[in-house]
Amino acid sequence: MPSNVEPLIRARGLTKRFASFTAVDTIDFDVHPGEAFGFLGPNGAGKTSTMRMIGCASPVTSGTLHVMGMDPAIKASLIKARLGVVPQQDNLDTELTVRENLLMYARYFDIPRQIARSRADELLKFVQLSERANSQVESLSGGMKRRLTIARALINEPEIVLLDEPTTGLDPQARHVIWERLYQLKRRGATLLLTTHYMDEAEQLCDRLVVMDRAKIVAEGSPRQLIERYSTREVLELRFPDDVRAGLNGQLDGLAERIEELPDRVLLYTVDGEQALEQIHMRAIPLESALVRRSTMEDVFLRLTGRRLVE
Amino acid sequence: MIRAIRLVQRNAIVYRRIWRGSIFVSFLQPILFLGAMGLGLGSLVDRGNSSLLGGVSFLQFLAPGLLAATCMQTASFESAFPITGKMTWYRNYDAITATPIGIGDVILGELGWMAARLSMVASAFMIVLVGFHVPRSLLALLAIPAAVLTGLAFSAPIMAFAATRKTGGNFNGLSRFVITPLFLFSGVFFPISRLPLRLRMIAWFTPLFHGVELVRGLTLDRLQSPDWIVHVVYLIAMLVVGTLLSMRTFRRKLRA
Repeated sequence: MPSNVEPLIRARGLTKRFASFTAVDTIDFDVHPGEAFGFLGPNGAGKTSTMRMIGCASPVTSGTLHVMGMDPAIKASLIKARLGVVPQQDNLDTELTVRENLLMYARYFDIPRQIARSRADELLKFVQLSERANSQVESLSGGMKRRLTIARALINEPEIVLLDEPTTGLDPQARHVIWERLYQLKRRGATLLLTTHYMDEAEQLCDRLVVMDRAKIVAEGSPRQLIERYSTREVLELRFPDDVRAGLNGQLDGLAERIEELPDRVLLYTVDGEQALEQIHMRAIPLESALVRRSTMEDVFLRLTGRRLVE
Repeated sequence: MIRAIRLVQRNAIVYRRIWRGSIFVSFLQPILFLGAMGLGLGSLVDRGNSSLLGGVSFLQFLAPGLLAATCMQTASFESAFPITGKMTWYRNYDAITATPIGIGDVILGELGWMAARLSMVASAFMIVLVGFHVPRSLLALLAIPAAVLTGLAFSAPIMAFAATRKTGGNFNGLSRFVITPLFLFSGVFFPISRLPLRLRMIAWFTPLFHGVELVRGLTLDRLQSPDWIVHVVYLIAMLVVGTLLSMRTFRRKLRA
C-alpha cells in the first residue's frame, strides 16, 4: 500500500487498560481502504479489545485512534453509521424473525423502509438464507446465525466491516461458506478487519496482518512475508517412539535451519522437507511418523512467542 | 434522542405477536379484582363507617388504588427480566449500540415503550372502572397519565438494577420484599391513616403511596391542592433518579 493514501484506521500508541491489567499496550497500525487486515493471536492477546475500541464500544485509555479520520470519543455515532460489526458472540434479536432482524437493524441506521426491504432481500440471498427469511432465529444452525449476523452488519453498506472471530466454533463446512462469502465481500472492495486465532483463516482472508501476543504487536506483514521472515518454506514434522526421542542427542543437527522441540513431536524448518526426511532415513533413525508440509502462520506464531497458537 | 423511537418500534414489533392475550389480561384482571374485592368484600366494609374512606364506597376507594398498583406491578415485571435479557442473556443492546443509537437512546426508548405499555394497561383499567361507575368526573381521564407516571417511577430504577444482573434470581426478592409490601401497605386497600403512626410515616415515604393518592384524587375528583404537587414531584424525582442510575449501570455494562 502506498503510504500517501490516507489510512481508514490509524492507531498510534493505542492502549486499553482495565483496573488491574493492560489489554492493549501501545500498539501502532494503519488499515488502508480495500484491505483485509487481520489480528492474529491467542485468546487474551488484546484482539477483541482493539476491535471494541475501533467500534466505539470501548473508550481508548491512551494513545490516538482515528477511524475514517474521526475520533471515536467525539464522533461515535458518525463512525458507527459507517461501520459493520460482527461480534464474537452472535447477538441476533431472538424475538424477531430472520428478515425482521435485518429490517429492524436497518431502522437503527435510519435507512428508509423501502431501501431496507430491498437490501434485506439482497443480503439474505448473499448469505444464502432467503428460504429462511421468515424463520425464528432460534431455529437456525450456528453457521446460519453467523451468516445472518454478517448480513446484518452489511445492512448499512459499511465502509469497514469488523469481524471478531468470524468462524470460531463453526464446523469446517460452515467455515468455508463464510470464508467464501467474506472473499466475495472483499472482491467488492469492502475493507475488512478481522481477528482470528486460526492461522488458516488469516492466510485465506488477510492481505496484511499483525500478530498480537500479550497486548503487544509482535510482527506485521502479509501472510507470505511473515512466513518468509519467521519460518521456512517447508516444515518436516517428526514423531519418534519414546525411547528413540529420549536418546536423540543432537542426531538431527544440521538437517534443518531450525529445530523446534514440542512435547509430542519435533519440527524441522527447512527449504526442502523431503530431502531432510531422506537424510533421516539415511541416518537410520527410527520414526513413528513423518509429515512434510508447507509452513503456516502457526509456525510464525511459534517462532515469535515460543508458544503454540491454541487456547 | 429521536433515535430512541427505534427501541419503541422494536418492542412494538415483538408485542404485536402477543397483543391479543395481553389486552385480554389487562381487562380481565381489574374485572376479577373489583368483582371479588370491590363488590364482595366491599359489601361487608360498606356496612361500617364510610367517612373513613372519604364518603365513598369501598369499591370506589379501592379501584383507583388498584389502578396505580397494577401499573407498578406491570412496570416492575416488564423492566426486570426483559432488560436483563436484552443486556446480558441475548446481548441485544450490544448489537443496537453498535449502530448510531447511543446508550441514552436505549434507555429513553425503553422508558418510552414502557409508557406506551402502561398507557394500554391504565386505559383498559379505566374502561373497566367506568363500567363499575367509579369515576366521578372527566378529571378521571387524567388518572391514566398519573398511573403511567407511577409505573415509570418504578420502571426506571428497576431497569438500572436489572442491567446489573446476570440471572433473574434477585427479581423474586424484589417482588417479595419490595413490590408486594408496597402493594399491601401503600393505601391501596385502606387509608394509611389506619396504620400505627410509625408505619404510617414509612408508608408516606414509599413511592406507591403517592401514586395511589394521585390516581385516587383524580378518579374521585377530590384532589387537595398542595398534596398533588408533592405526589407529582415525588414520582417525577424517582423517574429522573432512576433514569440517571440506568445511564450509569448501562454505560458500565456496554462501554467497558
